[in-house]
Amino acid sequence: MTDTTLSTQESIFTSTARDWSSDMSTFKGVPWGKAMMWIFLLSDTFIFTCFLVGYMVMRMTVTEPWPVASEVFALTVWGVSVPLLLIAIMTFILITSSGTMAMAVNMGYQRRKWAVFWLMVATAALGASFVGMQCFEWTKLILERVRPWYNPMGAPQFGSIFFMVTGFHGLHVSVGVAYLLIVATRVVRGKYDHTNFEIVEITGLYWHFVDLVWVFIFAFFYLW
Amino acid sequence: MATEGQQHPIKIYFLIWLLLFVFSFFSYLVDYLDLQGNLRWFLIVVFMLLKAGFIVAIFMHMKWERFALIFGILLPPIALVVLMFLMAIESNYAWNTRVWYMGEDMAPKPKPPEHLHHGESEEETHY
Repeated sequence: MTDTTLSTQESIFTSTARDWSSDMSTFKGVPWGKAMMWIFLLSDTFIFTCFLVGYMVMRMTVTEPWPVASEVFALTVWGVSVPLLLIAIMTFILITSSGTMAMAVNMGYQRRKWAVFWLMVATAALGASFVGMQCFEWTKLILERVRPWYNPMGAPQFGSIFFMVTGFHGLHVSVGVAYLLIVATRVVRGKYDHTNFEIVEITGLYWHFVDLVWVFIFAFFYLW
Repeated sequence: MATEGQQHPIKIYFLIWLLLFVFSFFSYLVDYLDLQGNLRWFLIVVFMLLKAGFIVAIFMHMKWERFALIFGILLPPIALVVLMFLMAIESNYAWNTRVWYMGEDMAPKPKPPEHLHHGESEEETHY
């Protein structure tokens, strides 16, 4: 911890310049896997932002009517049409899974392997149910004749953006579920016993990123 | 240092977890109460940024990382903000051209989704 104490005395720019110019590992104290995961997530941020900027351009330039999301994604429960109900449930499921993942990371650093395993399995189960609901949503829209090139409610771009953005996000969730299950199994099989279980934190970074992307999709696509 | 990892009291995770639920509930409420106009956009963006900030800072432990990593990851997205502004200017121009010079409708009304109007549509299918 000595170098942290030292670096708090100098300005954050000085410490950053020193870390980056040290002719050694730049991200000191960060396992390489974690640094690589962060850089991957940065590149993924660029991909998702490009999608969302494309969506913004579409929304700002389209002269055909844009469907009202809260009507399109309304669900009828006991005869009452509740706006955006399914999307709200999906949001809460993803946040719950983020919480269980954060707990798993915490348990990992306490070396409680079975707690890590069950928390990660719970996270994966919540993620899988999220994908299931997304399938339901896709089915509903496809049955209402929405296509990537056509949309009976107005602008066809609605269909393209919807299937592309939610599809790409759903793919990330599905891959994340597989990733979680693989790491969880390897944790209890003792593959990481010689480490500090930072692999759980790295997996967690990916999972929280998936949740983070959903925050933006929820705000811009469903609420805007 | 490399072997210490990110260990923090569980209390803070539960607090952030709760906050994320509260913010999500509020942003859903924005839609449920059907707020419109600038208030709607303001609230959506505020709740979105709060949620994103807490996820990155606490759940992804950015708050406790060294600045070499924080800057390395959080500064490049500034390019994306610039892209967003440039594209917004460009889109405004494209929309103005379409409405002012090509006579497109300024505020067309969307048709209700299939599950709301229940009737058969006269349009051909596009399978």
